[in-house]
Amino acid sequence: MNVVLPHLPALQVVIPLIAAPLCLLAGRASLAWTIAFLASACATAAAAILAYQTLHHGPISYHMGGWAPPWGIEYAVDSANAFILLLVSGIATVVLLYCPSSVSKEIRAGREHMFYCMFILCLTGLLGIAITGDAFNVFVFLEISSLSSYALIAMGSQRKALTASFQYLIMGTIGATFFLIGVGLLYMITGTLNLADLQTRIPQIQDSRPLLAAFAFITVGLALKAALFPLHLWLPNAYAYAPSGVSAFMAATATKVSLYVLLRFTFTLFGAEFAFGELPLHWVLLVPAVIAMFAGSFSAIFQHDIKRMLAYSSVAQIGYITLAIALASQAGVQAAMLHMFNHGLMKAALFCALGCIFYRIGSTRIEDMAGLGRQMPWTFAAIVAGGLSLLGAPLTAGFISKWFLVQAALEQSLWWLVVLIVASSMLAVVYVWRLVEALYFKEPAAGRKNVREAPLSMLLPTLLLAAANIYFGLDTRLTVELTGNAAVLLMQGHM
Amino acid sequence: MLQAILDHYNYWIAIVLMMVGFYTVVARSNLIKKLVGLNIFQTSVFLLYISMGKVTGGTAPILDDRYTIYSNPIPHVLILTAIVVGVATTALGLSLVVRIRESYGTIEDNELDLMDGET
Repeated sequence: MNVVLPHLPALQVVIPLIAAPLCLLAGRASLAWTIAFLASACATAAAAILAYQTLHHGPISYHMGGWAPPWGIEYAVDSANAFILLLVSGIATVVLLYCPSSVSKEIRAGREHMFYCMFILCLTGLLGIAITGDAFNVFVFLEISSLSSYALIAMGSQRKALTASFQYLIMGTIGATFFLIGVGLLYMITGTLNLADLQTRIPQIQDSRPLLAAFAFITVGLALKAALFPLHLWLPNAYAYAPSGVSAFMAATATKVSLYVLLRFTFTLFGAEFAFGELPLHWVLLVPAVIAMFAGSFSAIFQHDIKRMLAYSSVAQIGYITLAIALASQAGVQAAMLHMFNHGLMKAALFCALGCIFYRIGSTRIEDMAGLGRQMPWTFAAIVAGGLSLLGAPLTAGFISKWFLVQAALEQSLWWLVVLIVASSMLAVVYVWRLVEALYFKEPAAGRKNVREAPLSMLLPTLLLAAANIYFGLDTRLTVELTGNAAVLLMQGHM
Repeated sequence: MLQAILDHYNYWIAIVLMMVGFYTVVARSNLIKKLVGLNIFQTSVFLLYISMGKVTGGTAPILDDRYTIYSNPIPHVLILTAIVVGVATTALGLSLVVRIRESYGTIEDNELDLMDGET
């Protein structure tokens, strides 16, 4: 163990990275799945150990290849990104458990190993973004995760998946290039790419114009990747037409990682003083966030395709997270981190449950789902649990994050904001109820009287995710402690 | 003023290319042209990085006693990575265009929008 433990931060990324080409070489679906699953399980274990270590022994700094920072690439792990690592790798593992049946149905035979290769590569990218302490490294991992997710989305069974993927490719590349320009400008004025080093140098050049430009480019680029309103246009189609497993994985993790980078750059690197004091980031984030909460939920209400409905709901939920960031307080950052985690759980559960329905009836349109709730009771139960969590009902994970968000708003006496948060949650009640009504209270169509539950290999992971929504609504010790710790670190600006 | 522009002509070219590329991505409806625009947009960033690494009067970064002033190699190495990323993006984009053409019979964005009914 003593050989492995010091190198955990590197292994966190290297294990899935090596697994990706192995999946491709494996050639057979079952073998590729086994490799992907083992790699993902190892990554989860590594993330859990790292989270434990950061919580009890403080941040870890790992020097890639023994080169000391700021020259070498540093992997810096603290409570904030250990939490994200845990979310990303945990969701990936559960979704991979779910994948075999769903993939054999949705992906053309003979290409399944490629699916797992892309999936595990996407995981590598997302983990890399979260763990690295080097600004340019963030860009590289951002592109690794993006390129693999374009390929994953294009594997969807409808032809719309192709145009959705192309649209995402264009917008995603623009976002990543904006980020690259920002990093270039930062390097130009500071001569360093190491995040901790940047943090000490930026205050000395507070007034320079390239710094303002770098900040603007980085914020806009990340907002594009995080699908912050009005830069969310790629998201609904991408999530709606991707294969079921991909929708579940991406909706739960991809945008969260970008939001984490936004948090890290805004609070730790540029500093809250600069971003919210000298620049009006408060309003730049707050107004789109509130619009996203309402526009996303309204659009969700009028969707016929339930996957698209959930995608629009994601736009609204990202609005809540950005709103929490815009409050620029410790409580706000904690609420943002909590909601990233909880929203990941609820969307993963809901998209997995929809995948179960798609597996049986080959459609995710609301009119095709009429009456299925009584024939697929377990799937229906998962949808109800995920739906309740989505609208923030007590005893679910969603309630905890809404509660922290409302408290963070009240701390600054922003009563009107609390009213808006509650009002937009009411909209969530409308679209969740629409789904529940169709599933449970409508009569099934003529050919759909005898639909069975999806296979256990899909149902169990779905129920596990649904149960996690309840569990983290009841036992909040782990999430609240980790996010509380993370918020302190991010606000104080430790690297 | 003119001197200031001439002295930094490489940065001006980067900005012009950036805008040309960005405009092409947004304004053109042909998917191939969009990708070409995206390429120009990315290329402008390569130029920005390469420019910032250049040291006036400096030579290539070679370890040799005869040279004391040399360009900063880091931005050049960084942009090598970004070029690879750009190539991968273009390849993936083009392969998507091929498949879109196969299943829709067109690569015009405005026609594609109309072809699947509800968007």
